[in-house]
Amino acid sequence: MELHNVKAYYRQLVGSTHRVVRAVDGVGMTISEGEIIGIVGESGCGKSTLANVIMMNIRPPLTLVDGIVKLYSEGREAVDLQRLSREELRRRIWGKEVAIIPQAALNALMPTLKIRKIILDVMKSHDPDVDEDYAINTAVRRFRELGLPEYTVNMYPFELSGGMRQRVVISIANLLNPRLLIADEPTSALDVVTQKMVLKILMDIYSKNIIRSIVFISHDIATVRQIASRIVIMYAGKIVEEGSTEDVITHPLHPYTDGLMNSVLTPEDEVKRRGVRFIPGQPPDPSNPPPGCRFHPRCPYAMDRCRREEPRMVQIDGNRLVACWLYTSK
Amino acid sequence: MLKAENLVKIYETGFVRKRRITAVDNVSFDVKEGEVASLVGESGSGKTTTAKIVLRLLPPTSGSVSFKGRDVWKELKTREQLVDYWRKVHAVFQDPYASYNPFYTIDRVLKQALRLVGVDRNSEMERKLIEEALNYVGLSPEDVLGKYPHQLSGGQRQRIMIARCWLLKPNLIIADEPVSMIDASMRGAIIKLFMNLRDDYRTSIVFITHDLGLAYYVSDKIMVMFKGRIVDIGAPDEVVKHPQHEYTRKLLESVPTLYRKWRWV
Repeated sequence: MELHNVKAYYRQLVGSTHRVVRAVDGVGMTISEGEIIGIVGESGCGKSTLANVIMMNIRPPLTLVDGIVKLYSEGREAVDLQRLSREELRRRIWGKEVAIIPQAALNALMPTLKIRKIILDVMKSHDPDVDEDYAINTAVRRFRELGLPEYTVNMYPFELSGGMRQRVVISIANLLNPRLLIADEPTSALDVVTQKMVLKILMDIYSKNIIRSIVFISHDIATVRQIASRIVIMYAGKIVEEGSTEDVITHPLHPYTDGLMNSVLTPEDEVKRRGVRFIPGQPPDPSNPPPGCRFHPRCPYAMDRCRREEPRMVQIDGNRLVACWLYTSK
Repeated sequence: MLKAENLVKIYETGFVRKRRITAVDNVSFDVKEGEVASLVGESGSGKTTTAKIVLRLLPPTSGSVSFKGRDVWKELKTREQLVDYWRKVHAVFQDPYASYNPFYTIDRVLKQALRLVGVDRNSEMERKLIEEALNYVGLSPEDVLGKYPHQLSGGQRQRIMIARCWLLKPNLIIADEPVSMIDASMRGAIIKLFMNLRDDYRTSIVFITHDLGLAYYVSDKIMVMFKGRIVDIGAPDEVVKHPQHEYTRKLLESVPTLYRKWRWV
C-alpha cells in the first residue's frame, strides 16, 4: 500500500469562524507486504487519523483534502481507495484487504449477543448471502489457531475472560484474512501482563500468515520497538523520521526522536545511566502550526532556516528518512 | 515518618448474599523523611485503596496508619487536626482536571492553599508567594493566572498542583499516577519537579503507579502490590534484578524494554 502526500483535516465551526485542524498534513509512506510498521507519536499528532485514512474510513468532520491512498493486490490492478464510495469500500476492501482493531477492543463485543451471532453479523455485512455454517466453521478454525476452545462461539462475551475476549475480537477482525491489519493502540488501556499477551497474539497471527502486514499505532516507543520491523515517528501531523527499528532506536536522527527516546522510562540500567530528560514546551496547536519546521519551538538545535522553511524528507544512509534541516545542509 | 501497619480493607457487596472482596490484605510499610517510595501494581491490585486509607479518606477494616507517631485514624478528631494532617500529607492525583473546580480560575486552588498556611486574602504576601510558586514549577504567572482549568494543558494543570505543594510544603506527598496522562516527552519535566521538592525540602513522596519504569527511576524503595498484598519490597535494583515473587518476575518480563528486544518464541 502506498500513501502519497495525504492531507486529512477536521473542519469545525466555532461560532462564526471556520477552524481547520490539520490532523494529517502531507504524509507519504509505503507499507510493504510482510512488514510490521510501528507508528509512534504523542496525543494529537494525527496517528489515529492516519489509521482512518489508511482504512479510508473518512466521515465528517474529517475530510480528505488531498493525496492518494493506493492499494496493490496480487494479480490485480492497484486501486485508488480515495475514489471508492463507502459502499464499495465495505464490499471490497474492509475486512478483506484492510482490517482494524480499534482502541477499545476489549469492549467491542455487544455483551447480550452470543459470539455466534456477532460472527454472523460481521460476515453478513460483507456478504449478505454468506452460508451460515461456512461462516461459523471459518471462525471456529480461526479460534483454534489462536488457542480458543470451540465452544466459545456459543458463549456470551461476558462469560469470557479478558484475554479470551481480546482473542475473540482479534480473530473476528481477521476472519476474512485481511492482508493488512491496523492495530490502533490495541494495548494502551491494558495492564502490562495483558498487553504482552495481546502482542503475542498479534505476532501469532502474523507468523501464521493469516495476515501479511501490520500497522501498529502506539504512543509508547518501547512497546512498538518490541513488535515493529520499521518505525515511523509522527509529530504534529507529519512524519519526522522513518527507518528500521534497530536503526531508529540505537541511533535516532531527528531531534524529536532523540528527545522522545531520552524521556522514556523503562526498568533498565541504561535509563538510570542516561537519566531522564524532557522536551520543553508542548506540541503546537494543530489548527495553527508554527511556520517552518513544526518542531522548531521545542528543538534544541533550531536554526534560522528551521523557523522559515519546512524541511523536506531526505534519505540518509541508504534506507533511512528524516525531515530535518540538520541533515539537509550537509 | 509514616508507618502503615497490617492494613486490611474488605469491601462487602450484595444485600442478601454477601460477597466479600479483600482489596487490601495485611499491608505494612513505612516511609522515612526525604524518602521516595513507589507502590507498583496493576489495576485492581489495591494500590489506590491503600493510598486512600493513608490519606484518611477511606477507613480501613483493620490496621493502623501513624504519621509522626500519631495514629491517623484514632487520634485525629477535630476538624483543625484533620486540616493540619492534609496540609502535611498532600495528595496529587492522576487527572489534575478532577482536582479543580471548573467554575473557578486556577488562582483559587493556590489561594486556598495559602489560606491553609494563614496568608491573608489579597495581601501583597499572597501575590508574591503565588508568583514564586509558579516560577518554581516553571510557569510564568501571566500565562496561567486568571485562566480556567480547561484552558490549560494537562502538564500545566499538573504543574499548578505541584506549585500548590510548594506553597504548603507538606512533609509527604502521595502522588497517584501523577504522570500517566501526560505525554512521554513532557513527563520528565513533571518528575523533575517532584524530585526538586524532595531535594530542596526533604519532602517524602509516595508514587502510586503501574509504571515500573518510573518506579525504578525515581524511588529509593519499590513495593510491588498484587491482589492486595505487598509481594516484593526493596531497593529498585534489588527488586528489578532479583525479584523474589513470581508475580514480580512476570511483571518484569512483560514491561516493554527500550534497549532490548524481546525474543518471540
